[in-house]
Parts: sequence; C-alpha cells; structure tokens
Amino acid sequence: MSASSTDPSLAHKRGEQRLVLLLLAPSLAVVGCLLIVPLCWLVWQSVRQDGAFTLAHYARFFSDAVYWTTFLQTFRIAFIVTAATVLLGYPIAYVAAGASRRWSIFILAMVILPFWTSVLVRAYAWLILLQRRGLVNSVLTDFGLIQNPLALVNNELGTVIATVHILLPFMVLPLYATMQKIPAELTMAGASLGGTPFYVFTRVFLPLSLPGVVAGMVLVFVLTLGFYITPELLGGGRTYMVSMLVSRNIEVYNEWGAASSISIVLLACVFLVFRLASLIIPFERIMGAR
Amino acid sequence: MNRPASSGTVGVSIRNATKHYAGFCALNDVSLEVAPGEFVSVLGPSGSGKTTLLGILGGFVQPSSGSVFLGERDITFAPPHKRDIGIVFQNYALFPHMTVAENVTFPLRARRMPKSEWPAKLKAALEMTELGGFGDRKIHELSGGQRQRVALARAMIFEPRLILMDEPLSALDKQLRETMQIELKHLHRKLAATIIYVTHDQREALTMSDRIAIMNKGRVVQVDAPERLHDHPVDSFVAGFIGEATLLPVSRIDDNSVDLGGTRIVSARPIPHNLKLFLAVHSEKLTVVQDGGDTTANILSGTVSETLYQGESVRIFVDLDHGVRLSLRVPSNHENRSRMKAPGERIAVRLHPDDTIVVPQAP
Ligand SMILES: Nc1ncnc2c1ncn2[C@@H]1O[C@H](COP(=O)(O)OP(=O)(O)OP(=O)(O)O)[C@@H](O)[C@H]1O
Ligand SMILES: [Mg+2]
Repeated sequence: MSASSTDPSLAHKRGEQRLVLLLLAPSLAVVGCLLIVPLCWLVWQSVRQDGAFTLAHYARFFSDAVYWTTFLQTFRIAFIVTAATVLLGYPIAYVAAGASRRWSIFILAMVILPFWTSVLVRAYAWLILLQRRGLVNSVLTDFGLIQNPLALVNNELGTVIATVHILLPFMVLPLYATMQKIPAELTMAGASLGGTPFYVFTRVFLPLSLPGVVAGMVLVFVLTLGFYITPELLGGGRTYMVSMLVSRNIEVYNEWGAASSISIVLLACVFLVFRLASLIIPFERIMGAR
Repeated sequence: MNRPASSGTVGVSIRNATKHYAGFCALNDVSLEVAPGEFVSVLGPSGSGKTTLLGILGGFVQPSSGSVFLGERDITFAPPHKRDIGIVFQNYALFPHMTVAENVTFPLRARRMPKSEWPAKLKAALEMTELGGFGDRKIHELSGGQRQRVALARAMIFEPRLILMDEPLSALDKQLRETMQIELKHLHRKLAATIIYVTHDQREALTMSDRIAIMNKGRVVQVDAPERLHDHPVDSFVAGFIGEATLLPVSRIDDNSVDLGGTRIVSARPIPHNLKLFLAVHSEKLTVVQDGGDTTANILSGTVSETLYQGESVRIFVDLDHGVRLSLRVPSNHENRSRMKAPGERIAVRLHPDDTIVVPQAP
C-alpha cells in the first residue's frame, strides 16, 4: 500500500473527488436544510409530549380506531387506483409504443397535457362533471339509462376517479419507456416461430414490459398514499385519508406530536413499498424504468 | 439445386413481388424460384431490398403486388405464425428473459407439440449446434457465436420447411464468421432444408451458396451459380459487384473483339450488341508478360503506378497507355516478388480470351 501513496493516478483521483464534493455542496445543503433537518425535527416531535419523552403518539395506532381505519382506507384506495391505472395505462402505452412516431407523440401529449393544469383545477373540474346534477349524471338520465342520479362524487368513488386521472401519466410514461425498448424483432421472431399474436404477447411482450409495470405501480401507489387535495374535495368528508388525518391533527387539535407520528409511519410504509418492489426488480430500474 | 430433398423440404417461389413505401419502390417486380433443399444467397448493396424480400417471405411485409408460394401453397396473405418458416434474424432476436433451453423450445410450446417430444428434440437441436450443456444459461451469458447458434437451433427445432437468415454472421469477427460459414454449410447438408440466406459479404455468398441472387435497387439482377456469376455477369453492375474487377469502357469491333483505347481485345465469348460496353477485368485473371515473352494477343501495356503488398498477394496498379488504370494481383511468392516491377517501370499484361468478359452497361 505504501507504493500507492506515491501513485500519481491516486492523487489525481483524490483531487477529482474533492472537486465533485465541491460541485455537490449546494444541492447537499438544500437536501440537508429542507429534507434531513425537518425530518429529524419530525421524528423528535413524534416522541415528545410536554417536554418529556413519550411513545404515546405511536401507542394511539393501537388504541384509536380512527388511525388504523384511516390507514386501511388509504391503502385500499391506493390499491384500487394502482389497479385502475395499470388497466387503463397499459393499453395506452402499448398503442403509443407500437404506433408511428407522429402518433405516439400525439398520444403521449394527450396523456401529459392535463399535467400542465393544477391539481386543484382538475379536482374541481371532476366535481362539476360528477356531481348529482353534473354532466355525467344529466347525460345518463337524459338518455334514460338511469332513473336517479348516481352517487359519483363526495365518496370514495369520486376520489378514485379523479386520482386515477391525475396519476395516469405516472403509469403511462414508465410503461411507454419500457415497451419502446422491446425490439420489434422479438415479437416478429415469436410469430415466425409459430406463436399466435396472443401467445407472443403473453410469453414475450408482457414479461419484458413487467419492469415498467412495477415502476408505474410503485410510483402511483406511493403518490396515492400521500394524496390530499383530491380526497378532501371529492371525498365529501366520507373519504378519510392519512394526509387528512395529519392536517386535522394540526388544524383542529393543534397536536403536532400526533401529526408527526402519523407522518413517520406513512413514510415507513412508503419505504416498505419500495423495499418490496425492489425484491421484484432492482431499485434503479424502478426509477429509470428500463 | 442438386441436393436430395427430404420429404419435408419444399421449394419457394416469389412471383412478381413489388413493394412500395410512400412513393418509394423498395422491391420492383422480383421473381425468384428456389428449389427444394437449395441454398440460395441474396446478395446486394445496402438498401437494395434484401430485408424487404425476407420480410415478404416471413410475412412481416405485405407485398403491394405479386405472390409467394411455399411448395404448392399460396402464402402471400398467410400470417407469420402459420407459415412454417424458420427465421434467423440479423441480431438473433433471442428472448432475453428465457434460458437457452426455453428459447430453443419456444416453437414447440407455441405450436403445442406434445410435451413428451420436447426433451429429445431439444437435445438433438442443441447437439446439432454444439450447444450441449448450455441449456440452462441465460442469453446474456453467451458469446456472439453461441447466440448465433441458439438462434439457429431455435429456428430449426420445429423442422421448418424453409429457413431464412438475414445476415446472421455480420456481428461476428472474421475468424468466427469463417468457422460458422463452414458449420452452416454442414448443417444445411444434415438438415437438407431449403435455405435463403441474406448477406452483403460476397465471399460468404460465394463459399456457401448453390446459387446467388444479386439484387440492386429493388430488383433481382441475376440468379446464378457462383462460378457463373463470376464468369458470366449479365451487366456492368454484377461484373463490378462480384470479385475485384475494373470496368473499362470499350467499343465493339465485331462478334468476338472489342477496342480498348486502340488495342484490339479478343474474347472467346460473343460480344453483346449494346451501345455502351465495358470490359470487366478481374485482377486475378491478368498475367504479367515476362520480358521477351509472346506479345501477340490481348496485351495491355502501361506503367506501374503503385504496388501494394497485401499478405498473401501483391496488388499492382497499372496506368494503361490510353489513360485508364487497372489493377492486377499476383501471389506473393519469391519468384513473383523477385521479378516485380517498380513504380514507373513499363509493364505488359495479358488477358486470356477465355477470361475476357464484356458486359453491357447496367440499366
Ligand atoms: N418501413 C419502411 N418505410 C419506408 N422505406 C423503407 C421501409 N423499410 C425499408 N425501406 C426502404 O426500402 C429500401 C430497402 O430496404 P431493405 O431493408 O430491404 O434494404 P437491405 O437490402 O436489407 O439493406 P441492408 O443491407 O442495409 O440491410 C431502403 O431504401 C429502405 O430505406
Ligand atoms: Mg437488411
């Protein structure tokens, strides 16, 4: 090892590392101030009550029924939303990946376009469309398809519909990225070897597109867990998600400790989801959707 | 062509196939008959329509007009999975999420062949391609040559009546390519299958094929046995494309001689009647006339402009007296090299009338 201390390439490498550190410093500072420090503060808050250490905030998860019913409902909504975005997003991505360049750009643009309006505006738009005297219900009654207006909003269904719409791009984009990289020769080879289009799809295309499916599912699931505005506006007070539990604790009860402990548990859930997904495909592939 | 066809093999017949892409003609009235058990190469420059032709055979490209027959059966509009054609794609198109064995047995599974037959067929296919013991490997754990053999094993395990290969060796290095060429040739003999083989490497085509179809600008220009292509090219494109030939413009004198810048060159073959004629001089067909040798017939004289040592041979560039340049090639043995003319020296070369090829200009 003594010889390596005189190795000029090592000295050069050390110099480079210093430079990299210098370049990273601003972003490290931002992450530190805006993420790490508040997170530590959150953890600190969650275990304090009246200036003393306590686990009472966490104990409430076992005693207070509202806590775990809220988590249960949040997870159920996240599952439904994830399933719905896969079912809707897969065909869209499939068509976009198989279409000519012009068409695939058009399809992706249609998917991404709503991205450019605010979530709040989109939530209100859905409210207008789905309410008792809204567009959907009046069209259905006018055509005589239903007698009484359907309860499409101010419940879990309304929340799910709007959330699916808002999160669809997070499913379609990783799916599209994955599908686009599946060489056309593979499906051609599958067909020439005697596979019907359905057989080739299930044995060749679908397995190769799975990384994209997992990536999209993780993104949508995790984002749904933290959704706030949509359930607040479209849930009609009957849909109670974790984020709302946090805000109630602060706004209504001024219980910072309780709010912090809920956030920490939610964060742990998110980590768990990533961990489980990374058992199926490596983490870099989820984020890079390759 | 002259190979004994097994009961399973069939011939292929492409009749007047044309393919237009938005105002562009990729395939122009192509007809090609391939006999059962024959090995036919399709050779042509980039963009000449070779892959398009294979696409029409495989069912991935719909011809704008014309038809394709596999034996007696019209398959022009049959979907790819009903054609019974084994295809080896240019980049192998192996399924990356399957093992070698799963790749090779894919056709058996897709065709719902009885499960009891799989092991024997798999074993035979792997042994034939010398992949025994590789069955459990993943595709990314294989070398280029091994992948190529997996693609081959997969394309022939279901005993297709026709095998198509699109530049299957182009990704391999020279040494491996030559080994694989010989292996493919042996496989062809063992399988007695009809093979259509696309390449743009003429040496590959010349070594492996019973016949070669030369393509240019979407047309099949000539289909012939390798020696015939070499010695009887139909036009200046084929003459220039096959071998190392220099094309020299000549004019017709009579039925068996032409004029090359004032020199009369005699050919053993009848001279065509076209307006524009070229003399195709293959560099290996020229012999250097030794000082004091016979200088009566088919002698071209000029000045040596450059000599290039190329390992097994030496290439000599000669500026002929009337201003055109040609090249000849002599084996680089001691005798030749000791008599070698230096640049600037006078040289006379003879073209034997049997080797004198005069072709019309390509359309
Ligand atoms: N889908 C397509 N749309 C438009 N033009 C095409 C299409 N496919 C091929 N072509 C054109 O048709 C011509 C023939 O293409 P093809 O792929 O058959 O050439 P090739 O002989 O296989 O060439 P290479 O040796 O480079 O593989 C090319 O000029 C190509 O640009
Ligand atoms: Mg090609």
